Amino acid sequence: MEGELSQLETKTLNLNLGPSHPATHGTLRIIVDLDGETIVKADLEIGYLHRGIEKLGENRTYHQFIPLTDRLNYVSCLMNNVGYSLAVEKLLGLEVPPRAQFIRVILCELSRIADHLVCIGTNALDMGGLTNFWYFFKEREYIYDLFEMLTGARMTGSYTRIGGLWEDLPSGFFKTTQEFLKKFPRTVKDVDVLLTRNKIFINRTKGVGAISAEEAIDYGFSGPCLRAAGVEWDLRKTNPYLGYENFDFEIPVGNNGDTYDRYLVRMEEMRQSARIIEQALGNLPEGKINADEPKVVLPEKEKVYNTPEGLIHHFKLITEGFKPPKGEVYSATEAANGELGFYIISDGEASPYRIKIRPPCFAIFQAYSRLVEGSMIADAIAVLGSLNIVAGELDR
Amino acid sequence: MDWIGLGIIVAKIVFFLLVGFTAAGYVMNLAERKISAFMQDRLGPNRVGFWGLLQPVADIIKLFFKEDVVTDRASKVIYFVAPMIIAFTALSALAVIPLTDVLTFFGRGMAIQIANLNVGILFIFAIASLGTYGAVLSGWAGNSKYSFLGGLRSSAQMISYEVSMGLSIIGILMIFESLRLNDIILGQSPLLWGFLPKWGIVVQPLAFIIFLTAAFAETNRVPFDLQEADAELVAGFHTEFSNSMKFGMFFMAEYINMFTSSAVIVILFFGGWQIPGISTAEIVSFFISLGASEFFASLFTILLQLGVTFAKIAFFMFLFVWVRWTIPRFRYDQLMNLGWKGLLPLAILNILATGLVMVII
Repeated sequence: MEGELSQLETKTLNLNLGPSHPATHGTLRIIVDLDGETIVKADLEIGYLHRGIEKLGENRTYHQFIPLTDRLNYVSCLMNNVGYSLAVEKLLGLEVPPRAQFIRVILCELSRIADHLVCIGTNALDMGGLTNFWYFFKEREYIYDLFEMLTGARMTGSYTRIGGLWEDLPSGFFKTTQEFLKKFPRTVKDVDVLLTRNKIFINRTKGVGAISAEEAIDYGFSGPCLRAAGVEWDLRKTNPYLGYENFDFEIPVGNNGDTYDRYLVRMEEMRQSARIIEQALGNLPEGKINADEPKVVLPEKEKVYNTPEGLIHHFKLITEGFKPPKGEVYSATEAANGELGFYIISDGEASPYRIKIRPPCFAIFQAYSRLVEGSMIADAIAVLGSLNIVAGELDR
Repeated sequence: MDWIGLGIIVAKIVFFLLVGFTAAGYVMNLAERKISAFMQDRLGPNRVGFWGLLQPVADIIKLFFKEDVVTDRASKVIYFVAPMIIAFTALSALAVIPLTDVLTFFGRGMAIQIANLNVGILFIFAIASLGTYGAVLSGWAGNSKYSFLGGLRSSAQMISYEVSMGLSIIGILMIFESLRLNDIILGQSPLLWGFLPKWGIVVQPLAFIIFLTAAFAETNRVPFDLQEADAELVAGFHTEFSNSMKFGMFFMAEYINMFTSSAVIVILFFGGWQIPGISTAEIVSFFISLGASEFFASLFTILLQLGVTFAKIAFFMFLFVWVRWTIPRFRYDQLMNLGWKGLLPLAILNILATGLVMVII
């Protein structure tokens, strides 16, 4: 009988997860070979959300590229705005005024919280914990209310400008943000109580999709996924920008690099972000929000209407944009998912010669096959959620 | 031929169908959405009718009018029959559930129960096992890998948990010495030490925990909803029944199964229609002492008992909803481990312990 059974031919089941699948949260395609419930092989196919953003940038002025950056990681659009603006400002050698820096920090950290809320919420949702998802999405709505107040849009803010910001903070923003910061820790605690010590959740996440520190670095991991693997690497600490060195916050680090640690790291990062926002709100300096650089920054309407220089600058900037010096620049910021880099080559014209975006989850997603092969199909879903792959950023 | 008896049976069947469709299907559908909304800080349905009360009606109308899409190369017959099996088994399990005690109306003994079978509990188990076929066949029929995987999971899960479920009630059967549900309920009427009702949960606490867990698995609710597992298998075994009333049948069957499971839990472990310490005869004589005629005394008693049963069942239905919206779901292997390595040994241990205690006492 044994012999007969072993002669039976068995085949693996080829299953398409995506491009439209409940757990892909965007358009990814994972082609898995299943032996029962175990994944033998996982092939990734990306590019379903490719919109040619980098190429589009070559035919636009530097300012016109900002709305396109909203569409990278659309969960935390303002961070992309900030990252891109910083890169161009580095190319120009511009320094934005302190008030603008502080506001940018506040926006970045709010975006980081929003991003982590979505990531943990959907990750729990994929594991069947729907309530956590609603708790977190409610908080995210409050953040989006703030964004709406600020930019007029909930998801595509386009708030920064090269050399500063579009507008100063609206009245009421300060108070609403502080109210949010009061409410928000309670929600984090609610989810903490529901998940962190939940036996089923721990069984589903501990040791699942684990990656060692060395391997994570080899793959080019960054952000929470790298820190969960035990590497204390955060650009806000290691290569500070926007004055992050002046803020008092900690970098949470995990041990095992598994789904559970990624969850813990993200939870703690949200609390730390809230700390940063509190400090930034407390020390928000007065002053201008745009650099004093008429060749780059649009002049105030007052000047446009009343002075010839203002009118000329306005006209030139609108019709042809500014022309940065020839050169290349790479500038990276710590986005919610990890290192978001912009590599810009300028040939001295009004539009960049080439913009290369280094999205954090592109590198992280490369390790996905390695993380899920040999585990079960339910693990694959849990890991996918915890890596926080955002298709807009992945495919660009 | 006893035409009145036949009429009563038909009336009872209609009543239970009504209970199945309204109490289980309609009310629970709405309750689940409202309770989950309350738990999740949402509003829930609130547009159709006052406070969203007509939402399920709107849903059912929608389902009836949707196009019935059949997947390419589906096995048409099985595809057609599978949802019916699920709905049929779910409804027929209701047949033996006693909602009240036997009371006398015009010299005729009557209870709100369709069939007082001498193997009532076995009937429920048998019918519940048949329901597995519905899940497996619908997983197979749709010609989709997702539903196929869901069907496989479903068969493995339901069979594994039926074993522990079946073994867990053996202790109850040993104590109450009957398979008839009414006898089991009546067996729970005495008070232990004068205050504690001899309910199943008191004499068999371990069995209750095992049975409750297995009941969650049998009704495919979170944390055991692996066959649906919306994030993994899209919708599991009914992925391809995406619209039309076929999906409606799966949906309704889930709630009716919840109702049946809750009812069985109440019957086996919580004294069914009984109010602790008060027998049916005492209630009837209480109403007569208030001046009611014999007919009305019986009527009030039957309504009271119905209310008591429904209250107890409602609590467990709420528990099902509560658990579903609180915890995440298991992984397939963890589920199997829990079933075979956790619940099964416990169930056997429970039988041994019960036997030993009975021998000693």
